[in-house]
Amino acid sequence: MIEKGAWVQIHKIVLHPHERAPQVPDDTKKVPLEMWVKGFLLDSGKIGDTVRIKTLTNRIEEGELVEVNPSYQHHFGHFVREILDIGQMVKTFLDGDDQNEAR
Amino acid sequence: MKQDKSYSAVMSRRNEIMKKSVGIDYESFEQEGIGFSYEKMMREASPYSLSEIQKIQLYNGVGHTPLKELKNITKMVRKLAPKGKGARIFIKDEALNDSGSFKARRAAVSCYHAKKKGYKGVMAATSGNYGAAVASQAAKYGLKCIIVQECFDSRGVGQPEIVEKARKCEALGAEVIQLSVGPELFYTFLKLLEETGYFNASLYTPFGISGIETLGYELVKQCENEVGRTPDVVVCTNAGGGNLTGTARGIKKATDKKVQIIGASVNLKGLHMASDYQFNRKSFTTGHTGFGIPFATYPDRSDVPRSAARPLRYMDRYVTVNQGEVFFMTETLAILEGIERGPAGNTSLAAAFSIAQELDDDQIIIVQETEYTGAGKHHGAQLSFARENGINIQFGNPRDEIPGENIIIPKNPSLIKVNDLDLTRVKKSCIKNHINNNPEVELTEQDILFLMEEINENKTFVLEILKELGR
Repeated sequence: MIEKGAWVQIHKIVLHPHERAPQVPDDTKKVPLEMWVKGFLLDSGKIGDTVRIKTLTNRIEEGELVEVNPSYQHHFGHFVREILDIGQMVKTFLDGDDQNEAR
Repeated sequence: MKQDKSYSAVMSRRNEIMKKSVGIDYESFEQEGIGFSYEKMMREASPYSLSEIQKIQLYNGVGHTPLKELKNITKMVRKLAPKGKGARIFIKDEALNDSGSFKARRAAVSCYHAKKKGYKGVMAATSGNYGAAVASQAAKYGLKCIIVQECFDSRGVGQPEIVEKARKCEALGAEVIQLSVGPELFYTFLKLLEETGYFNASLYTPFGISGIETLGYELVKQCENEVGRTPDVVVCTNAGGGNLTGTARGIKKATDKKVQIIGASVNLKGLHMASDYQFNRKSFTTGHTGFGIPFATYPDRSDVPRSAARPLRYMDRYVTVNQGEVFFMTETLAILEGIERGPAGNTSLAAAFSIAQELDDDQIIIVQETEYTGAGKHHGAQLSFARENGINIQFGNPRDEIPGENIIIPKNPSLIKVNDLDLTRVKKSCIKNHINNNPEVELTEQDILFLMEEINENKTFVLEILKELGR
């Protein structure tokens, strides 16, 4: 059970596929318009429950509880060899082949 | 009585919601026929002079960014250029504004105005650096702040660049609403404006544009005072058109000399901006042709009735570069100049690298922005993400790049070449859109004058296009 007052993220459907705007391309029209927002849990609940939260601007939002203490998972990416090669290439272009020799 | 919150009901209240949330009566600038008075709107709707805006920005961590000479990149240019060619390249390091980009200049005026007019909070619909800019300025004034982002595809996969911007907005105290792909973001945005009564810090109001005039003004004065010459060429990354418009207006306020203004966008031809599938197959979420072309040819598609960003009034040339070229220059900037910045802001740097080779070696070309970098919005993160999404990354000739399928990194620096868009065609398209959106209107002299100003061309040019269109 996630206690009242916890910092959580909720998810809700804003528009179902049949409600989507006419100008939307076909692949997008097949899926709903979804929304995620974070806030303080107003009543205790568990993941998957429909809950209410109070957001940072003191608005009340209702939706499915998807995460408690949500954190950031994005990063600098996996190693990309090409980036290293660009650096070597431009240094060689500017200073000649011996610039990478151990000094 | 409970208000109807359905899509059609909210969209039909669009004009009244907008009027209340930006406090501008756009009707008062409309003329008979198809046009409106742009200069009157710029003068009256945002009642702050250039020097007042400079003060507002100075007190709030915005502006006075350094102009840096890229000596090693200029050396590279001169190795490639014919004898006597190869302009000196300078960069305006806008990443050093509070919030990490030139967008702070736009937010500074909007938030100042919102506070002065008694709004309790500000809102912006943006997946880009502007969100952080509004959040940062709102924090200074104690305004509440909501940023609405298009962030995830239907698999729930977030664009790393946008996920990072969400983090940055939250770090600066904003509430972030994240949505899946689709233009109905605007519906959610309108609903929230109506619910909260907050100020709409739109990118396209006169506040958003006049805030950038200080950037153009500053770069001319800095170049004259520190380098001893008025810049010959300024390259602006072009998306919604505000960056170029504001910069060019500021340059005109700083000097009577002709400074060539070049717009540069990343080529994303063939990718649909509202496609759920293609959303995560592009490596640039801004500064690309998917915004650049439609907003240049029809500025009023923006979220306000009359956009203050009208780039064709100022643009002398419009070029594109490829994703691979921009990543190449982003790494080069870090390795050769010791300046690590985000890729999107380096779109104009990639263009300048090519254009500098056409210019004389005593000329000066200025790249007018940089943006902050970090997890997610870094060329390493973007390339890694592209590879995970099935995009083929390889060295080769950037001309062979097909957006959404591959990213071609130039196999040597001589392959970095801008592609010139046919500006006459872009201008024609702008006139066509004005005409098609007003099929009933009998064109008068005033309309023709408006069209001349819209595309910065003479009467003969405009009349000829009208003739082609059968008007």
